[in-house]
Amino acid sequence: MTTNMHLWLLPLLPLAGFLWNGTLGRRLPKTLVTSVALLFSGAAFAQVLWIAAQFRSLALPHVESFATPWIAIHGFQVDFSFLLDPLTLIMLLVVTGVGFLIHLYSVGYMAHEEGYWRFFAYLNLFLFFMLTLVLAENFLLLFVGWEGVGLASYLLIGFYYNKDSAADAGKKAFIVNRIGDFGFLLAIFLLVAHFGTLSFTSIFGAIAAHPAMQGGVLTTIALLLVLGATGKSAQIPLYIWLPDAMEGPTPVSALIHAATMVTAGIYMVARTHVLFDRSPLALGVVAIIGAATAIFAATIGIVQTDIKRVLAYSTVSQLGYMFLACGVAAYSSAIFHLVTHAFFKALLFLAAGSVIHALGGEQDLRAMGGLRKKIPVTFWTMTAAVFAICGFFPFAGFFSKDAILFAVFNASVLHSLYLGKLLWGIGLVTAGLTSFYMFRLWYLTFFGSARYNEEHAEHGGHGVHESSWTMLLPLIVLGVLSLVGGWMGWPEALGGHDSFAHFLDPVFGASAAAAPVVMSSASAGMERMLAGLSMLIALLGWLLADILYHRNPKLPERMAQKCSALHALLLHKYWIDELYGAIIVRPLLAISRVVLWRGVDAGIVDGSGVALASGASGFSSIVRRMQSGNIRSYAGWLAMGAALVLIFVFYLAHCI
Amino acid sequence: MTAVSPALRILPEILLTLTGVLVMVTEPLLSAKTSRKPLGIFALLGTLAAIAASAWQLHLPAGTAFFNTIQTDAFSVFFHLLIGGILLVTLLVSLNYFEGHSTYVGEFYALLLFSAVGMMLMTSAIELLMVFLGLEISSISTYILAGYRKRSAVSAEASIKYFLLGSFATAFFLYGVALCFGATGSTNIHSIATGVASGSSPLLLALALGMMLIGLGFKVSAAPFHVWTPDVYEGAPAPVVGFMSTAPKAAAFAVLLRITYTGFGTMSHIWIPLLWIMAVASMTIGNLGALTQRNVKRMLAYSSIAHAGYLLVAFTAFSADGLAAACFYTAAYAAMNVGAFAIISYLSGYDERRVHLQDYAGLAKRHPLASAAMAIFLLSLIGIPFTAGFFGKFYVFTTAMHSGLWILVTIGLLNSGLAAFYYLRFLSQLYMQPYDAAQDISEAPAQPAFVLGIAILVAAVLVLGIIPNRVLRLAQAGAATYFPCSGTNAAEVHTQPNLLR
Amino acid sequence: MIPISWYLVLSAALFSIGVGAFLIKRNIISIFMSIELMLNAVNLAFVAFAHHWHQVSGQIFVFFVMVVAAAEAAVGLAIIIAVFRSRETLNVDQINLMKL
Repeated sequence: MTTNMHLWLLPLLPLAGFLWNGTLGRRLPKTLVTSVALLFSGAAFAQVLWIAAQFRSLALPHVESFATPWIAIHGFQVDFSFLLDPLTLIMLLVVTGVGFLIHLYSVGYMAHEEGYWRFFAYLNLFLFFMLTLVLAENFLLLFVGWEGVGLASYLLIGFYYNKDSAADAGKKAFIVNRIGDFGFLLAIFLLVAHFGTLSFTSIFGAIAAHPAMQGGVLTTIALLLVLGATGKSAQIPLYIWLPDAMEGPTPVSALIHAATMVTAGIYMVARTHVLFDRSPLALGVVAIIGAATAIFAATIGIVQTDIKRVLAYSTVSQLGYMFLACGVAAYSSAIFHLVTHAFFKALLFLAAGSVIHALGGEQDLRAMGGLRKKIPVTFWTMTAAVFAICGFFPFAGFFSKDAILFAVFNASVLHSLYLGKLLWGIGLVTAGLTSFYMFRLWYLTFFGSARYNEEHAEHGGHGVHESSWTMLLPLIVLGVLSLVGGWMGWPEALGGHDSFAHFLDPVFGASAAAAPVVMSSASAGMERMLAGLSMLIALLGWLLADILYHRNPKLPERMAQKCSALHALLLHKYWIDELYGAIIVRPLLAISRVVLWRGVDAGIVDGSGVALASGASGFSSIVRRMQSGNIRSYAGWLAMGAALVLIFVFYLAHCI
Repeated sequence: MTAVSPALRILPEILLTLTGVLVMVTEPLLSAKTSRKPLGIFALLGTLAAIAASAWQLHLPAGTAFFNTIQTDAFSVFFHLLIGGILLVTLLVSLNYFEGHSTYVGEFYALLLFSAVGMMLMTSAIELLMVFLGLEISSISTYILAGYRKRSAVSAEASIKYFLLGSFATAFFLYGVALCFGATGSTNIHSIATGVASGSSPLLLALALGMMLIGLGFKVSAAPFHVWTPDVYEGAPAPVVGFMSTAPKAAAFAVLLRITYTGFGTMSHIWIPLLWIMAVASMTIGNLGALTQRNVKRMLAYSSIAHAGYLLVAFTAFSADGLAAACFYTAAYAAMNVGAFAIISYLSGYDERRVHLQDYAGLAKRHPLASAAMAIFLLSLIGIPFTAGFFGKFYVFTTAMHSGLWILVTIGLLNSGLAAFYYLRFLSQLYMQPYDAAQDISEAPAQPAFVLGIAILVAAVLVLGIIPNRVLRLAQAGAATYFPCSGTNAAEVHTQPNLLR
Repeated sequence: MIPISWYLVLSAALFSIGVGAFLIKRNIISIFMSIELMLNAVNLAFVAFAHHWHQVSGQIFVFFVMVVAAAEAAVGLAIIIAVFRSRETLNVDQINLMKL
């Protein structure tokens, strides 16, 4: 007999907060809005802690159903049920824990913003959908959460709606994610058609019952799921929305675009690992996408000058690591990195927010510098995060990154052995690049001469100042976690117990391919060596950053001038946005105009109309004369359609 | 077979007709200055009675009446309830629309009622003569309704366009009926089914089917017979558009279901490819057309073409579930579309003050509740989970997948991804643009009836999205009582889960 | 006795002429008349088939078509008047305020 964990309550708590603040918040005083938002997100965190405390006594997997059936269609039904297992528990802890800290931080950060209530309402809405996503026991409910977090993210990115760029960024994020959702939905339909159910347990059970089931449909489904995951987790080719998403308020970037929502793709791949284990091809694709994204985004991060954009590309790059880990079936390493990344990346964003706050809204790295003494708490916590992301022992990032790189090095699931080594090499180089751009950011922000405009920073009335305690407390907590958060996965090779991976064994241990690494004394030595190597690379990156941005601040500019082509390529992010615009967006709009039988319509869609002018106007002027709201020409279309239908029908009746 | 009095089988229609006639007769007795609201309220009561009568019909044994021309079963009741519901909310939201702008508004209510009577007849008719009569009763009423803003040139133009092209299409439908009669010697759907199954004169039957599909394709505004839609929707009064973009479509789809599934079930090799092409064309043309459209009503018109395409996807599945999916989607679509047009009618008023997208910039500031409702309808049109639109699409595409139509599903999903773009543009106009106080237009405060209507629609969108099972079961009951037809064999072939067909 | 195909050819020809007239005529009244022509083609087909099948129902259908056509004419003429009032023309080519 399993105990009732009241899982239904978990998402409903933030939903209640959303409904309260969303409907009444406008008229309520700020303190009440704040306390409601904090109360409900805190209560969710408390419930997760309560669940965690009782977790040992649960029979796994623990499923709680609330509406059976939720939807019943001939031959298949979906229940409204939630699943609790170690993977879910870890995600719940991250989502509600980090979520609560960021709620707390936002109280101070957003204090002077218009639409305070709206912000907290959206934030709670996000938590509701994210918890639904994590708790879902079937693909449909997972998708519900998946779309929902996308919606919340859209609302929050466009929060500063007076800025056109913010509204555009929100729309871009939504549209790009729709492409991923297309893959996800198609995968869902294929699953329905093939298995007649969407429940995780039934589908994975069905696959487990047929050991011969390999590749084929499973590969198709897995690849479509990957398409979905690349959208949500900002991987190649759909990563383009994440850097733009930085238009949103900084706490949002920390919570949604670093710690939780963007990891949904990794969570999904890990959750459905049974499918991927049966499809080496899909795994290979995941690994390659991950490695490529990791290094690609890292190179762009090197030259960005907006502090949040550097962090955004860093997020894309780190998500690439997690993808890479999934691709070599090292799911527990991926989740481990997901957790440590949630700590240090959320911290990086919050600290960056604190810097921006201190400087009165300045985000350009070139206009910072010398802030070490002025905002010491921010400095020290951010330092912890930088050390963590660069993978220095004993910070959190060291353990998780080491686990991933070791798993990639020893990958047995990839088709060729060399591919594993190549991907490992890419991962190693990326680690060096990461270290370089993070220390670049660190030096440019906190060291050197003060390049910011005192007048501008004075705007708030109190100059460059440290933030309030509600903002600093989350920084400190996350700072501590960035240091010790990795210790739970202390590898056996270094005298630990690797307890994080063992905790996840019930989830991932079931599959044969999920145990790529068999521990032996030889491989322990190898692991120690690899760990040392990646530390060395990271140190190298630090050293380079030290030379370029600390000792010799003039040098980078000269280098940029010398390799101007390369610099421009990186600065413009490889012109990917422009490429997509030219090959996808413009043709679509052109077709739309043809459908409308109208010429250029400048002004409606950002200038691309002008580009079309030359091509479309000649064509449409001919069309315009015959097609101008005239009844007779409409009748002509009807008659033509009718003729086509009749010919078609005639043909079918004759030939069959 | 049954002891049920024939009159009881058309009880909803009788009630609506009586109400309509009474409203029509009372109208000239009132002085020109008196408010016509009591008439509207009376029409509302009649509609409620008709809805209750339809629900009661569910307990009747399924059967026919009036010399095999009418058949009441779960299927017809589903559509009766749907059309009655649309009529109810349309009456609610238009109760104040004409206030102070037009005289003889009683006629408006009466025409709405008569139009609904025609549509209800269409859904329960199993005789093509009755289908034709229902079609014409509803069409003639909607021709007038489209031109109801009498002093507006645009409205008159919408009316004449709808009228001429509608009659044109009806002639095609009729010719199809004549050919059908010629091939089988009957205009009763069940006799036609027997005739079709016997396999005589297939060419004549194929042409008859094609002709009828042309006529019905026009009514549901499926491509390539969609050309009239944007113009008519733009010119007609907004509450009327909400009504005529949903209820006649529901009725025409019901007829299409009866004709294709029951009548021509054994000729599915002809109409499945045809509907397949029409579905693809409608989805693509609708969504691409809406993409660069600036006029809100035209944008929604193109979107309704696209939604007709999604519905046709369900048809093409040709299975009991496909039928249930089509029914469910019709209901979901009706809720969100009537809602969207109702909000537009409220915000832009009788004289259509807000026509273009930019006129809606930042309205969330000034009309938070109306904008919130609009946001829900738009999100549902996009297909966001926990709204009716999501489950409608999910259900439709699931059944299509069950029938192995994966190419169609892929195209449909791509289209619904594309569609997000223009709905989102509307949404971001409402919420993410600064409000221009200079363009301030003072609206009359929303009346209780309007608020009630919107509340019903919002509730419908959410209920269909969160707990769809109840309506689903009704739709499935409708499908089940009537699906096992001459086309059963074909259906079984098609419902095999075959992935790579 | 005249074979049924003759009637059908005539009916099809009438229908096509109706469609053609709808497409080329500019005056709304003429367009309206071409719709009537199409309906009459339908009626002819019905009567011919009714004779062929020895079924009276086809002829009954014709009566209904005529009744409905009359109703349609009444409404149609009213709409035409409304259009004429607002635009002062019956040329369909000039009734194009709304464009695709």
